[in-house]
Amino acid sequence: MPIQNYIYLCLTLFSIGVMGVLTRRNAIIVFMCVELMLNAVNLLLVAFSKMNYGAAYIMSPSTTAGIDAQVFVFFIMVVAAAEVSIGLAIIVMMYRNTHSIDINFLNRLKN
Amino acid sequence: MNALEILFYALSAFTIVSAIMVLISKNPIHSVLWLILVFFAISGHYILLNAQFLAIVNIIVYAGAIMVLFLFVIMLMNVKKDKEPQKQLLVKLIGVIAGGSFLTLLIALVKQNTSFDRSSVLLKEGTIGLIHPLGKALFTDFVVPFEISSVLFLSAMVGAVIIGKK
Repeated sequence: MPIQNYIYLCLTLFSIGVMGVLTRRNAIIVFMCVELMLNAVNLLLVAFSKMNYGAAYIMSPSTTAGIDAQVFVFFIMVVAAAEVSIGLAIIVMMYRNTHSIDINFLNRLKN
Repeated sequence: MNALEILFYALSAFTIVSAIMVLISKNPIHSVLWLILVFFAISGHYILLNAQFLAIVNIIVYAGAIMVLFLFVIMLMNVKKDKEPQKQLLVKLIGVIAGGSFLTLLIALVKQNTSFDRSSVLLKEGTIGLIHPLGKALFTDFVVPFEISSVLFLSAMVGAVIIGKK
């Protein structure tokens, strides 16, 4: 499978996430689109890791090239989990204060 | 076209359609359910790349924990479907055009780059995605970041509790 197919797929997913952030006003949906962008990047990292592994596999079959990319994806997932817990706590707090999850209420952070 | 390619294209189409449905669903709960489908499709891609550990972690962490958290928050807030704020049509159009031109620019850049032409992704084979080499790497070369991430989780937990208590 050529690497370009994976790049196009991940770029499309990332752009769909960008469009969601730009067009929606519901704070939770915006947050979900950020998660979508994170996952597109993860998928591309794994694809690149298998690309490097495939190139090194021809030289020596017992190589572990590309394993650091997969560890990196694992750490991205860890950080994303922590980020989601904090972000949702902030959204709940915002809902308690303004009784709305419209992000246009956030354009002025005072009051 | 062999079976792997058919599987790749089917999974990709499923992923993109589900991702678009996340955007255009009016009800936030439907958006969450579509996003869970996106995560399952991405896990399918990981299995296709023989990254089995990441596939399982993706299902457990994203589809299992994070999306349930999203569902809980949406149900706690009791958002009315008809009260959901909508942006003006012009702003939406500008957003879609901006995202589309971003996509076009990046695809043109990738098409121009000839260094990708010789490289291909190894599907279905390879041992680096299995639990044994990954666990070995995680507990030898990456043991310091691994321990630091536990501190990160602790601080995230304390932060969430403090923010939620106010």
